[in-house]
Amino acid sequence: MAIRRATVAEIPDVAERRSWFAVAGDFCRQRPLGAIGAVVVAVNILVGLSANVIAPYDPLATDYGAMLARPSAGHWLGTDAFGRDVLSRILYGSRTAMLVGFACAFFGATAGTVIGVTSAYFAGKVDLLIQRVMDIFLAFPLIILALAVVSILGPGIGNVIIAITIPMIPRAALVARSSALAIREMPYVDAARAAGFRHRRIILRHMLPNVMAPYLIMLTAYLGQAILLEASLSFLGLGVSEPTPAWGLMLRGAAVQFAEAAPWMAIFPGLAISLAVFAFNLFGDSLRDALDPRLKTQ
Amino acid sequence: MSGLTRMLRLIAILSGVAVLVTPAGAQDRPRSGGELIFAVPSEMPSYDGHREGTFGMVHPLAPHYNTLLRVDPNDRTGTKIVSDLAESWTVSADGRVYILKLRRGVKFHDGSEMTSRDVKASYDKIVFPPPGVGSIRKGQYTNVEAIEAPDASTIVFRLKWPQASFLASLASPYNWIYKAEILAKDVRWYEKNIMGTGPFLFVEHVKGSHWVGKKNPNYWDKGKPYLDGYRAIFMKDSAAQVAAVRAERAHIQFRGFSPAERDSLVSALGRKITVQESAWDCAAWVAMNQERKPFDDKRVRRALTLALDRHQASQALSRIAVVKEVAGVQVPGTPYATPPDELEKLAGYGRDIKKSRAEARRLLREAGVPDGFSFTFTNRGLPMPYEPVGVWLIDQWRQIGLNATMATIEASQHVTELRAGNFTVSSDAQCGYQVEPDLDLAKFQSKEISHNNYGRYTDKVLDELYQKQSRALDPEERKRYVREFERRLLDEQAHTVITLQWHRIVPHSAKVRGWTITPSHYLNQQLDTVWLSE
Repeated sequence: MAIRRATVAEIPDVAERRSWFAVAGDFCRQRPLGAIGAVVVAVNILVGLSANVIAPYDPLATDYGAMLARPSAGHWLGTDAFGRDVLSRILYGSRTAMLVGFACAFFGATAGTVIGVTSAYFAGKVDLLIQRVMDIFLAFPLIILALAVVSILGPGIGNVIIAITIPMIPRAALVARSSALAIREMPYVDAARAAGFRHRRIILRHMLPNVMAPYLIMLTAYLGQAILLEASLSFLGLGVSEPTPAWGLMLRGAAVQFAEAAPWMAIFPGLAISLAVFAFNLFGDSLRDALDPRLKTQ
Repeated sequence: MSGLTRMLRLIAILSGVAVLVTPAGAQDRPRSGGELIFAVPSEMPSYDGHREGTFGMVHPLAPHYNTLLRVDPNDRTGTKIVSDLAESWTVSADGRVYILKLRRGVKFHDGSEMTSRDVKASYDKIVFPPPGVGSIRKGQYTNVEAIEAPDASTIVFRLKWPQASFLASLASPYNWIYKAEILAKDVRWYEKNIMGTGPFLFVEHVKGSHWVGKKNPNYWDKGKPYLDGYRAIFMKDSAAQVAAVRAERAHIQFRGFSPAERDSLVSALGRKITVQESAWDCAAWVAMNQERKPFDDKRVRRALTLALDRHQASQALSRIAVVKEVAGVQVPGTPYATPPDELEKLAGYGRDIKKSRAEARRLLREAGVPDGFSFTFTNRGLPMPYEPVGVWLIDQWRQIGLNATMATIEASQHVTELRAGNFTVSSDAQCGYQVEPDLDLAKFQSKEISHNNYGRYTDKVLDELYQKQSRALDPEERKRYVREFERRLLDEQAHTVITLQWHRIVPHSAKVRGWTITPSHYLNQQLDTVWLSE
């Protein structure tokens, strides 16, 4: 019997390549709440990037003639105790929130994933050692560890990013390790080992790309957490310093003192924090659902 | 109008006047009885006034003790010295010998009589403490050559040179008179125990909770104290203190509240609350590290002070922070303070801010930084008043092209950084326990003399002026030296920048009478004159 060999061109694509636009359309249809979250996240990013264009006032400019002014046509969200425009400070504050959020989530999730995959790949004593170190960090609640780090390093935006990133690393490492343990047993990893590839190449080129789904989910989940932590640290006076516009910072000091007389000083930054965190969480949850194969099959 | 009508009208008017006058008269007459309850925002490390500095010790403990002299409890300036255990005093013509006559019949709480031996032992402990015994204010008495007790009711201080502030230093609210016999047995006994001659006896101290005192029935000042006792409640959180006063669980918190807290208490309690306010003997300063460029250049330092619109800030910041008065080196309204019109001649104190800022820019150009420069302003990590003052300063400096960023450092670490010189420009402050040039100006002497001169400069002229004002016994002559010192410090050399004087606000229950606010929250805490109207 003659065997007809198929040409490469005749082999059909197992997974048909679809455009990003189509993928986004499907995501919006299947997960409308996630889409709303994504839109709010996108708006937040845009606002942060264009704050200097869209803000009606300089966020640092004081106006002692308009101290504690209630919301009006001149100041849509009122002014604070120094006569600074609350809306402008919220718009600029999103820049601080996004900077801290993205930096912490990216560095935290990336470092955690690399450590988790490395730990899973080497297994044995290396895994044991890394996991016990991670366990030590995991024994502390996120905020407590961040507080400890920032009290050692001192306040300031750079130190806040470090303080929030450090407690995120072991959490990301734990999740990445659990995914990587399964990947480690895959034949293509064995094949790569057998082919004599170096450990770094196996980890970076064969294992890491296959933990992308949990990585992306962690990234979005950590964004919201980082924004909330930054606001908490700033509220406690350990985050960014005045007069930098930052949402958590706007909630402390005079906002507490004048909570009854000028509630807008606390309400609007509070709403901005809630909305951003809510949006990131919605988007993150929907992304997890979309990328989780078990939920996909259901 | 008939005569009868006129007569009736006269009777009515007189009756009205009588009604108005009688209760007021009765109200002003001290009433005995009742327990004063007050909140204290901090707690003492030990009970020994000679070694501690916190008001958290003075407020609950001062009622157990007397001092040789004291500040008049009715004097709002906190500068008028009156007798306490010493009923009279004379000063030699050369100003070097102080002879004080003590009251007779004053008894310690254990019934033993107080004599000059006790006063000598107490002052020996303060001025010449034995090794290992803390006396944080002994530096104020380096001028004391000898302390003598020639008889039971006379105490003599011999000084190495005349010192204008010496009487005031005998009225220090910390210099409690202890019992010599106890000190002889254990010089550290008073760190953990109470035994004084004051108007109130010690009852109990529950750490972290409260301190209780009761009336001393054998107090030497007959008829006083008016209160049956007092209870000090330790509360660190200011919201809790406000809530306690609002709910009438505490009559008063003697240190003070913020303007917002005052307003909230007044709106909640209306006529049930009385508010006393005073300039506070604490000033918000800016230290510029002269070991770092460009702050070694006095033109740059002058530019920093010229940029500040103090008069506008006085109105604006006083709405949100405990600062108010535009001041020089002395609390406004006190004997050595510079009058406002003279103060306005100093750099940065004028009312024409545009002119001041134009001058600031000119100085920066001359100093070689025409486009301004960036620097870090290190601020103390306490919200009130450091944070609002810091925000204001940064905004003011922006107006002349200086780009300052604020780095907030935890309070105790901030002091460490200042001492080590690890800063460029920083907030700085000092609270005096008495308004007295010797105490208030000592800090600004050269760094070799003053260890809290955070500007890290040497200025021999300033040192000489300090000595001259300290030794000038004639008040007018002393005023001249104080003014000269102030002009050199704030204007000619601009070694430091004074922003605004702190402002003390004490809203308290209207029932509390006989207590007068002073510029110092360490003064007037014996409570012997305080009474409750109901």
